[in-house]
Amino acid sequence: MAVAAPSRERARIEALERAWLERPGALGWLTTVDHKRIGLLYFWTTLVFFAAGGIEALLMRTQLAQSGERVIGPETYDQLMTMHGVTMIFFFIIPMTTGAFGNYLVPLMIGARDMAFPRLNALSYWLFLGAGIFMYSSFLVHQAPNAGWFDYVPLALRRYDGGANVDFYALGLIFNTVSSTIGALNLIVTIFKLRAPGMSWNRMPLFCFAMLAASLSLIFALPALTADCIFLELQRKLGFHFFDQAHGGDPLLWQHLFWIFGHPEVYIIVLPAFGIATSIIPTFARHRMVAFPLVAMAELLVAFIGFGVWAHHMFATGIATTTLVFFAAASMLVVIPSTIQIYAWLMTVNVGTPQFRAPLMFIGGFILFFVIGGLSGIMFAAIPFDQATTDTYFVVAHFHFIIFGAAVFPLLGGIYYWFPKVTGRMYDERLAQLSFWLTFVGTGLTFFPMHIVGLLGMTRRIYTYDHGLGWDAYNLVETIGGFVLAAGLLLIGINIVLSYRRGVPSGRDPFHGGTLEWTTTSPPPHYNFAVIPTVSSPYPNWDEADREEDLRKLARGELVLADGHETPETTVNDGAISAVAEMPPESPWPVLAAGTVTAAFFLLLTSHYATAGMAFALMLLTLVGWNLHEPEEGVG
Amino acid sequence: MTPRLRQAWILLGLGTLLAGCGGNQNTVAPASHPERSVADVFWVMLGVSCVGFGVIVTLLFLGWARRDRPSLPGGGGERAATRVVIGLGVALPIVLLVSLFIWSDLFVLRSVAAPTGRTPMTVRVTGHQWWWEVRYPGSGVVTANEIHIPVETKVTALVTTDDVIHSFWVPELNRKVDMIPGVTNRLLLLADKPGVFRGQCAEFCGLQHAHMSVEVIAEPRPMFDAWLARNAKPAPRTNALFTRNCSGCHQIRGTSAKADVGPDLTHFASRRSIAALTLPNTPANLRDWLRDPQHVKPGNRMPDLPLKQPQWVALQRYLESLR
Repeated sequence: MAVAAPSRERARIEALERAWLERPGALGWLTTVDHKRIGLLYFWTTLVFFAAGGIEALLMRTQLAQSGERVIGPETYDQLMTMHGVTMIFFFIIPMTTGAFGNYLVPLMIGARDMAFPRLNALSYWLFLGAGIFMYSSFLVHQAPNAGWFDYVPLALRRYDGGANVDFYALGLIFNTVSSTIGALNLIVTIFKLRAPGMSWNRMPLFCFAMLAASLSLIFALPALTADCIFLELQRKLGFHFFDQAHGGDPLLWQHLFWIFGHPEVYIIVLPAFGIATSIIPTFARHRMVAFPLVAMAELLVAFIGFGVWAHHMFATGIATTTLVFFAAASMLVVIPSTIQIYAWLMTVNVGTPQFRAPLMFIGGFILFFVIGGLSGIMFAAIPFDQATTDTYFVVAHFHFIIFGAAVFPLLGGIYYWFPKVTGRMYDERLAQLSFWLTFVGTGLTFFPMHIVGLLGMTRRIYTYDHGLGWDAYNLVETIGGFVLAAGLLLIGINIVLSYRRGVPSGRDPFHGGTLEWTTTSPPPHYNFAVIPTVSSPYPNWDEADREEDLRKLARGELVLADGHETPETTVNDGAISAVAEMPPESPWPVLAAGTVTAAFFLLLTSHYATAGMAFALMLLTLVGWNLHEPEEGVG
Repeated sequence: MTPRLRQAWILLGLGTLLAGCGGNQNTVAPASHPERSVADVFWVMLGVSCVGFGVIVTLLFLGWARRDRPSLPGGGGERAATRVVIGLGVALPIVLLVSLFIWSDLFVLRSVAAPTGRTPMTVRVTGHQWWWEVRYPGSGVVTANEIHIPVETKVTALVTTDDVIHSFWVPELNRKVDMIPGVTNRLLLLADKPGVFRGQCAEFCGLQHAHMSVEVIAEPRPMFDAWLARNAKPAPRTNALFTRNCSGCHQIRGTSAKADVGPDLTHFASRRSIAALTLPNTPANLRDWLRDPQHVKPGNRMPDLPLKQPQWVALQRYLESLR
């Protein structure tokens, strides 16, 4: 709040600055515990992985542009196909939504000064980076994972896949899930305990409901994947028989565990996107969300029902009809929370007076793509149709409309929407709208024809196909669309870089957003808020009296908490202040701990079990160092 | 759905693109009544989906067109909007989804389900990396990558795998079913008219997943019976060159070559394709395939053989004699 403050107020702000200051320079980035800086680290790192996954996709599309193409061989194709899926799911979307957007925005939206566990937050980033380096180092030895992101056994067993490819996959994912679990736990505790005074559940921004639902899903879904990967490595490296039917194991065990994780995963991917949509729409429609409580419930319900639908990925495996019918019914049920949200978004746009600027345009594109992907998704709940079209390009079309259209489009809109908040500068609106049209047309061209080739019998995961099946023209259009899409994404990157350097200063609140992040300066100070805001509605930035009261509190020194490195703790349901937490200062231990874990995983990969054990022991030592600098009390 | 109604759908945008063109691997060009019921489910779902999508596009367009007016098109504010959310977002989808569930998952599901009792005929199909082994129980006939069936006859396909998971799928005849180690799944194969129906492995199974195709050849009963009788016969003669170089993997019934690693070649020359539909079975293609199988289908299990020119010619001549 950059008002010309009298000296007492300035003294309070200076005290806050001193208390929250972090080391400058590169070393500062290594030891930071500031949720905003960690969020930015996540953002840039996941963008690099997004680019890698995109290049993998373009290479595949080039190979598939025509029948009988020989640009890349089957060996390379299988690696690209696997790494495209693994990268986009585990190293782009989850870390981008929970790590970058969640980290940066949740504390700001709930009026906190940091995440509940700042050092754990840093640890989850460094582990994520370590896991990414681990996974991508496989390309250096030409042994990138190659059994598909779904990695079905027995194809992924040593007998059929003898290199280190699948070991990179399984260990890399175990590694990655540790990071995601920590991040999700941190978000949950932050949302439960650090909400601003007055922010009872019914006043919490829908974005935070979405992040909460996604985080809860993550901590319940990831263990199934971790267990699955541990079983796989035990079988591959030590000769166990989890998936070996000759010794009482079962290859379908892999599929069940994988999809128990894998379907909730879809909702983990789209929920944060729903959250972004419910942030952007009210701002530009200049009207609060229609059916707010229904939408909040719908977000949580999606996460819950999402755990009961996994076997619809296995309708062709020959499991019992009763089972099929149960899972089909659950898959239809999960549609309802989504239709509630779709109509709530549309009715908010209709009842308000929307300004169609770039962020809202991306949300418009999102709604259209999400409906297409949702409708084709419902088709898969019709069991006979699923059994006909599963594992064809019809499925590829469906889930790209969901994952790219419904999850990434809001992210792109969100990047524009919060760009002024993060950088203090405006993005270029004309370039932004151009980038919208390019990505919109590109997405349609790339993924829509896949429905048709899928119905024409084109199966997934094939590196080439014959002429004369009627697939050539569609594939060529898809490839052209892929490059149009890439151009649109590149334009967004250019817009970010140019606007970061030359953009017009945006001020505190360029769009008149409703949530708390718009009450503080752009970019926000290390301590986020000079006065911890008090909240009396879901759109506190529109409650002008409350915000003026905050300014008076700064003058009175109320809720400034400038005596130390502090943020208030509140009660779980009503958001009443219950304590003041002393937050830990910056720390080198998270990055060191993550370094030892990375070393341990490389040693496990190369079967140096004793040395790997020593590396894990070293990690425990870093935790001793970590705890030596524990703040006196609090949640840190 | 009546043919006329279906034609109406076909005329709708997508339909024109889908129904006429394409090879013979088209999900919505059914050649059996189970598959026809699947296609019906699809066309109905597509129709309802188009209407649903139209509603969404209209609402989004109205939001844009009436962006300066802070009320719904029919008047009314937030309460009316909430009623729309409950009506279109909860009530209507429940009705539609329950109807779809009852129709497709309780009724249509039965018509594509595997036959429970005995059918007039049974074939055993086993997936291998990357070809299909086809056996006709009771006749001793073994072939590969093509399945002959009599037309208008219910055939039970008993499918399993010899190695990794594959998925058996002939789109114009029926749904797909996975081939899983240690499990024998069942599928009804039925063709209402004679023809050649292409299928392809639908579960990723490694390097040459792309070249693991199969053909179902549906013929009138007499032609099928003749084919079966011809294929039950052993090969007329043996060949020393083949025995020395190929019998480690292949079987030719009636000779000392009895291995079952690769396809049975007893009637190889009568088949339509080489290497699971990778190439049409012509003399030129056979020549290329024998000399450099790793170039034609990289990673397949057939090694390059160290033979000389006259030996190649002799080997090819022998294989071409196996009709």
